[in-house]
Amino acid sequence: MQLQISHTTHYRYDKPVDYALQRVHLRPMTMDIQEVGSWNLEIEGGRIEASYRDHYGNHSDLISTDPGVQTLAITATGSVTTRDTSGVVGKVYGRAPLWHFLQSTPLTVAGPKIRALSKIIMQSDDQLSGLHALSAAILEATPYKLGETDTNSTAEDVVGIGSGVCQDHAHVFTAAARAAGIPARYVSGYLMINDQIDQDASHAWAEVHLDELGWVGFDVSNGVAPDDKYVRLAVGRDTRDAAPIKGMRLGDSDETMIVSLQVQQ
Amino acid sequence: MMSDDGIRSTYRSYNEWFSEQDNRRLAKKSAQAEALFKRTGITFNVYGQSDAEERLIPFDLVPRIVSNSEWSKLARGIDQRVRAINAFLHDIYNRQEILRAGVLPVKLIAQNDAFLPQMMDFSPPGGVYTHIVGTDIVRTGEDEFYVLEDNARTPSGVSYMLENRETMLQMFPELFSKIRVQNVGNYPKNLRRSLEASAPASCNGRPTVAILTPGIYNSAYYEHSFLADQMGVELVEGHDLRIVDGHVAMRTTQGYRTIDVLYRRVDDEYLDPLTFNPNSTLGVPGIMDVYRAGNITIANAPGTGVADDKAVYSYIPDIIEFYTGEKAILKNVETYRCSEPDALKYTLSNLSELVVKEVHGSGGYGMLVGPAASKRELADFADKLKAQPENYIAQPTLSLSTVPIFTKKGLAPRHVDLRPFALVSPDGVDITPGGLTRVALKAGSLVVNSSQGGGTKDTWVLED
Amino acid sequence: MLGKTAGGLYWMFRFLERAENTARLLEAGFRIALTRSTDAEAEWKSVIITLAAQQGFEAKYDTYDSTHVINYLLRDADNPSSILSVVNAARDNARLVRTALTSEVWMSVNETWMQLSDILKHQVREVDLPDVLAAIRQQTALVRGALNGTMLRTDVYRFCQVGIHIERIDNTARIIDVKYYSLLPATSIVGGRLDNVQWETLLRSVSAHRSFRWAVDEGFTGPAIANFLILDTRLPRSLIFCSKEIVSNLAFIEQAYGERAICHDQADKLLQRFSNREISTIFEEGLHEFIGSVLGDTANLGYQIEKDYRFNI
Repeated sequence: MQLQISHTTHYRYDKPVDYALQRVHLRPMTMDIQEVGSWNLEIEGGRIEASYRDHYGNHSDLISTDPGVQTLAITATGSVTTRDTSGVVGKVYGRAPLWHFLQSTPLTVAGPKIRALSKIIMQSDDQLSGLHALSAAILEATPYKLGETDTNSTAEDVVGIGSGVCQDHAHVFTAAARAAGIPARYVSGYLMINDQIDQDASHAWAEVHLDELGWVGFDVSNGVAPDDKYVRLAVGRDTRDAAPIKGMRLGDSDETMIVSLQVQQ
Repeated sequence: MMSDDGIRSTYRSYNEWFSEQDNRRLAKKSAQAEALFKRTGITFNVYGQSDAEERLIPFDLVPRIVSNSEWSKLARGIDQRVRAINAFLHDIYNRQEILRAGVLPVKLIAQNDAFLPQMMDFSPPGGVYTHIVGTDIVRTGEDEFYVLEDNARTPSGVSYMLENRETMLQMFPELFSKIRVQNVGNYPKNLRRSLEASAPASCNGRPTVAILTPGIYNSAYYEHSFLADQMGVELVEGHDLRIVDGHVAMRTTQGYRTIDVLYRRVDDEYLDPLTFNPNSTLGVPGIMDVYRAGNITIANAPGTGVADDKAVYSYIPDIIEFYTGEKAILKNVETYRCSEPDALKYTLSNLSELVVKEVHGSGGYGMLVGPAASKRELADFADKLKAQPENYIAQPTLSLSTVPIFTKKGLAPRHVDLRPFALVSPDGVDITPGGLTRVALKAGSLVVNSSQGGGTKDTWVLED
Repeated sequence: MLGKTAGGLYWMFRFLERAENTARLLEAGFRIALTRSTDAEAEWKSVIITLAAQQGFEAKYDTYDSTHVINYLLRDADNPSSILSVVNAARDNARLVRTALTSEVWMSVNETWMQLSDILKHQVREVDLPDVLAAIRQQTALVRGALNGTMLRTDVYRFCQVGIHIERIDNTARIIDVKYYSLLPATSIVGGRLDNVQWETLLRSVSAHRSFRWAVDEGFTGPAIANFLILDTRLPRSLIFCSKEIVSNLAFIEQAYGERAICHDQADKLLQRFSNREISTIFEEGLHEFIGSVLGDTANLGYQIEKDYRFNI
């Protein structure tokens, strides 16, 4: 499927900003399941200082604001041809070893609630169906709801709160999978929702590594395996590694952020 | 080698000179040296004490003398270790062949806080990780050396090597015409050259080098400013720097100027708040991005701590063999990894004879010296060990050789260690003939750390 | 040069100059306290006001008693302008910019710090005060001597000089400001013994009580003293002398960098206030208002220099 994407993140600062940085993962990679056609990253009110592949192989860009600006707009546009592999990404490896994806991060430490969830995996006949059961159990325990959690909510917190967004679901899933000894990672990207061009935000899901299949994706929030409506942007151990945008301002101005995202065929 | 009169042959000439000296004159010289250190501000701040507390490291005026043949062996051994450590770091952050080969347990790396994932799949400019290494060595007998620690992060103390020599030259110029001692004074020049040679490939013209310090209240600030001065490079702090035109740049009176090589004396954790500790005000946000984009050299590279960890230390002989195919020239002290049940059992039942160290500790803190500990201390430490055995390693107490120091009653033997400094660049390894000799000033003591009452003395490597 | 280094040099010398100025004010005040005990409180108060320390002092003490004032100005850690505080700050700045200093300058600052920290460790007895004040003045002169005798005349040296003279102009202007009424032509008619004392204190505060007699024929009158302190190019603490120094040192930097900044215009404007000026026209303008605006302009010039040469951002 060929997807057209236009993704703008617009920052507005209440005072002129002398210096601010944003680290972005806004360039999808060509791989077996997706082929990037044209792709463009455009910055208004700032410039790209560094473009490189990070330690997970993600395309990364460091953006600085121009001195004295009050707005910064980062726009990614392009087209990606995707393939439906029922969530299987396969045996594609970077330098990061599998044991790395067994390690928890501050956002994905397994407490009693996560460990309880992770037992679901063992209760099934095989890992794959166990993981599907886990995915369903997470959505039941923490139905999709905006505004109850924030970007610093840990996986354990989220289960306690009892609801979450895609980022939280991916965290809970990866934390529980790791607690069961299965390498797991966080994926950020885009999802085309049928009959809807404008999307609220970029999406996040999870991938686990199984001996036979390699990496396999799970979109807990939608209860499905990622298919050709999904575009992968970046991976990591949690959102702090893989979020499309991570910023830092020096100074005391407040910022507001507006995201506009269009994904269509 | 000792002669009949019990004087090591390397000390013979010195001893002749010393026997002609008046002790009161030497005592006066010694006091003068301390006063000079104080006036010059060669002080260090002690952790956990008030900011105003600046202390002097006691200086002993009797040089520690190393023969040329002993030094050659030491230098060869250090060269070998340093090369192996760089090969190890490149491997561990890329293909991890040493783990695949089963030479090192995966756990050792996977559970190591000094392993920085952000360094994976990356080669620093020129392939160099440890631009500066300070290897802690003890001598137990003729031609017998043990490595205590490979300081591969940001080893300090080199300013003392240089200042101690300078002081000796000023106080006793006649000694240096009598005894031919190898020069250490080129260290700053060599350091600068070595750092320049490690500049990123993208750098055109002569690279700009700068030293990054945490600031004037850091315990090693004197050394940072001393080295900047001696090298003729700027001494910068995090707030002097930002990312400009794709490079790390320093704020000068005439605008921002690019830095190509940053010799940083700021720990990994504080280096880049955008990548590591977000609360750090000592670092440079975005420096890791510029680093991965190939536009700056960070010396030493982030993540080198994974090679000088006390648990990894015990594998260094295997690491050397794996990467160089050679046997280690310098010995390791036998090390019991308390994470292993047998080793823990052995350690607990022989505690009074062992030295036990924290795996991630430094500066001699959190260490137990068995033979010097009271029953109570031993019992308390045993409890700590049982609670978290993986935090500790144990080593036998070595029968360290002693060297003379000057006391009011004349010469007296004290235990010492030695930290020579090796510079690594794409051009090779350069080891300055000398180093920092630390001395335990208390008779019988084995603790040489300056933070715990140790002193320093000049280190002479003889020319012949 | 790093912007931070320029700032460190500038502030190091401002602080040293401040230590010296405070010592001089203390000396003048102490003299009055000894010789005219009835005027002591008022005199101490004007010293404290001159040093802009009134708020901090009154938060701590109810009366302007000699012991309190002396201790507060010499060594109180709560007073950021006490001699001990500014010597600490000067030495911290010297540590910051150590690579830019000759070893002579560094060692003289470090020794100053060592010696004064020692002398000021405990409360100073009044009998010891003259010796302590002399030591402070001697030490700061030593640093200045090392600066003039050993430093290359590069931008490094110029920023030091700019710091010295910004602090000095500020100090002299404050001294005049607090006692401006005694300098007005009218008061000299009313005058009498009181003014003589005021004038002498004033001149002592800028180390000019002897040089005034040598340099000025007119004798002790308010306008003559005002003229000396403001417009006499021979007095190294006069407003015109200091602004000339600022202008010429900034001009050096302008030439070295090949770039003129806003601070250059501001410095020129400051100097123009004093150039080819008769003291009578200043009295016409109003001495108090004149000094007030000089103080304001000096502060603005300081900020502009910090900005133009990127001391902080």
